[in-house]
Amino acid sequence: MAELFTLPVLLGIIYSGIRLATPYLYAAIGETFAQRSGVLNLGVDGIMLMGAYTGFYVAMKTGNLFLGLLGAATAGLLMGLLMSVVSVSLQAEQGISGIGLNLFGLGLSTLLFKVTLGGVESIRGFQPIRVPLLGQIPYLGEIFFNHNLLVYGAFLLVPLANYVLNNTTFGLKVRAVGQNPQAADTLGVNVTLIRYTTVCLGGILAGIAGASLSLALINLFQENMTSGMGFIAVALVYFGGWRPWGVLGGALLFSFVNALQLWVQVKGINIPSDIAVMMPYILTIIALTLSGRRARQPQALTKPFERGEN
Amino acid sequence: MKKMFVRIALLVAVVSLLLSACAQPAAPTQPAQEEKPFRVAVVMPSTITDLAFSQSFFEALKKVQEEEGGPSKFEIAYSEGMFNVPDAAAAIRDYAAQGYDLVIAHGSQYGTSLSQIAPDFPETAFAWGTSLDTFQAQGINNVYAYQAESQEGGYVLGTIAALMSKSGVLGVCGPVNAGDAKLFVDGFVAGAKNAKPDIQVNVTFTGSFSDVSLMASAAETHIAAGADMLTGSSQSVVGAIGVAKDRGAYWFGTQWEQTPVGPETVVATQVFDWTIVIRDMVKSARAGVLGGKAYTLTFKNGGLKLVYNDKVPVPDDIKAKAQETINGIMNGTIDPLSGPKQ
Repeated sequence: MAELFTLPVLLGIIYSGIRLATPYLYAAIGETFAQRSGVLNLGVDGIMLMGAYTGFYVAMKTGNLFLGLLGAATAGLLMGLLMSVVSVSLQAEQGISGIGLNLFGLGLSTLLFKVTLGGVESIRGFQPIRVPLLGQIPYLGEIFFNHNLLVYGAFLLVPLANYVLNNTTFGLKVRAVGQNPQAADTLGVNVTLIRYTTVCLGGILAGIAGASLSLALINLFQENMTSGMGFIAVALVYFGGWRPWGVLGGALLFSFVNALQLWVQVKGINIPSDIAVMMPYILTIIALTLSGRRARQPQALTKPFERGEN
Repeated sequence: MKKMFVRIALLVAVVSLLLSACAQPAAPTQPAQEEKPFRVAVVMPSTITDLAFSQSFFEALKKVQEEEGGPSKFEIAYSEGMFNVPDAAAAIRDYAAQGYDLVIAHGSQYGTSLSQIAPDFPETAFAWGTSLDTFQAQGINNVYAYQAESQEGGYVLGTIAALMSKSGVLGVCGPVNAGDAKLFVDGFVAGAKNAKPDIQVNVTFTGSFSDVSLMASAAETHIAAGADMLTGSSQSVVGAIGVAKDRGAYWFGTQWEQTPVGPETVVATQVFDWTIVIRDMVKSARAGVLGGKAYTLTFKNGGLKLVYNDKVPVPDDIKAKAQETINGIMNGTIDPLSGPKQ
C-alpha cells in the first residue's frame, strides 16, 4: 500500500484525475442549467455521442480542430432543441423523453459512424499547452498547467457558470423558473424561452463534452465511446446540489478515485480488479446518500409548465 | 359476451391444432439439396470493423465465402453490436428458426443461452467461442466450440516487448480477466518475464470489453508509471492505442491488425485466422455431423499469425528471437503460460 503514497504516483493521480474530470464537467455544468430551470434531461449521454461523432468527423474532413469543436457544439444544440420541443413545448414526461433522446443519439451516432467512417481512425487532437510562468512551477506546473485547451475550458467554466447563475438577470430568471414557474410567469418571465435556452445550452455543453473525448483526450471515435458518462454527469448534478462548485467537487472526487483505482492496479496492489473498477461508483453512491441535499432541488424539476394551470 | 369469447378461444385452438398438424410432417420432407446455398448466420458482440475479435471472424467468413463461390453458394447473415446477451440470444433463436445451416454465437458470454437454444433446433448446427465446451456432457450434440490459444501469441509479443523496452516497464491494458483476454495477458506476462527476468509488467483491467475511455485512462496511467511498450485485448483498446500514439509509446496488438489506429505505433500483432475452423465446421455440417467438435487456433495449425508493421523497425536479432520462440511453442519445448520446459 505504501508504494501508492509516493510523489510520482500522487502527481500521476492528480494529473489523470484532472483529465478524466473534463468531459464530466462540461456535461454536468450544462445539465445544471437545464435542471435549475426545471428540466431533467436524461439524454446527455446521447448528446455527448453526437457531439463526439460530429466533432471528430468535421475535424477529420476539414483538418481544423476548432471547426470540429463548432460542429460538436452545433450537434449538441440541435439535440438540445429536440429535447426542448419534446419536453417543454409538447410537455412529454421528461425522464422518458430523455431516455428516448439518449437512445436516439446512441443509434444515430453509430449509424453515421458506420456509413461515413466505417472503421476506427485516429486524428491528432488538441495538444497540451504549457501556461507561461505558472507552467514552470516545479511539480504543480506539470500537473495543473500543462493540459490541452478543452481541459482548461472545463475548469474555467465552473466559476463562469456560478457567476451567470447567481449574479446575472438571466441566472435569476433561470432559478425563478425552476423554483416557481407560475410566479415567474406572472412577473413577465418567458418560462418557455428560458427553458429552451437552458436545455439548448446544456445540449451545446454536452456536445463539447463529447468532443473533449474525440478531439482532445482519446482522439478517435468509436460507437458508444462514452459508455454511460452522460448518466454519471446527471448524477453529479444531484451530487453537487445543483451548484457549479458542488458539481466540480463531485466530478473531481469521481475522477480522482477512478485514477486511483487504475494506479492501485498498476502498482499490483492485491485488490481484485473488479473491486477496483467499482470503487468510483461505490464512493459516488455513498457520498450521494450522505449528502442529503434534497432541499436544494429546484421545486419545479421534471414538472412541465402550462400557463394558467397549477 | 362470454359466449363469444368461448367461441373465439375454440376457434383459435382448432386453427392452431390444424396448423401444428400441417407443420409437423412438413419438416422432415426437406432433403439436403446440393443447389441450395449453405447459409451461415453469426451473432457478434462488437462490430465487423472493430479491429479486434469480431472483425477477425467476419473476415475469415468472407474468405471462406469466396472459396465456396460467392454469396450465391455461401450466404452470410450477421448481427453486430450485440453486447446485450438477451438480444443476442433472441437473434440466435431467430436465425435458427429461419433455417440457417450454421448459427454461430461469437462470444463466450453467449454460452449459457446457446446451451438452452441448441436442443430446440436439433437439425441446425451451432457454434460458439471462445470456449472448448461443446455441451456434449449435457447431451447436446449440435454445437461446435472454438478457441484461440491467445497465450501463444501473447508469449511471443511479450518476448519482443521485453527485449525492445528501454524503460524496463511494460503495461498491459486488459478488459475483463477471463476467457481469451486472460489467456493473452497471462501469455504476454510469461513471455516478458522469460525474455528478461528483471522486467516489470503492470497489468490493469477495466472490467469492460467496450469502455474506450477507461481503456485510454489505463494506458495513460501505464505510461505515467514508466511503461514504454503497451498491449491489451478487446475492441476497446483503440482508446489505449490512441494514447500510446500521442505519447510516443509502442503498442502490441492481438486478434486483428490494429495498425490503422496507430500506423507508427503498432509494432506487431497476433492475428487470428479462423478460416481453418470455419472450413471444417462447414464441411462437417454438410456431412451431417452438426456438433461435438472443439477447435483451437495455434501457431502450429496456422490459425495464429505474427504480423509485423513495416513502419516500425524491429531489430533483426529480436525478430530472430521471436521466430525461435514461435518454433519452441510449435514443437512443444516452450509452454506459453510458464516458459521453457526443463
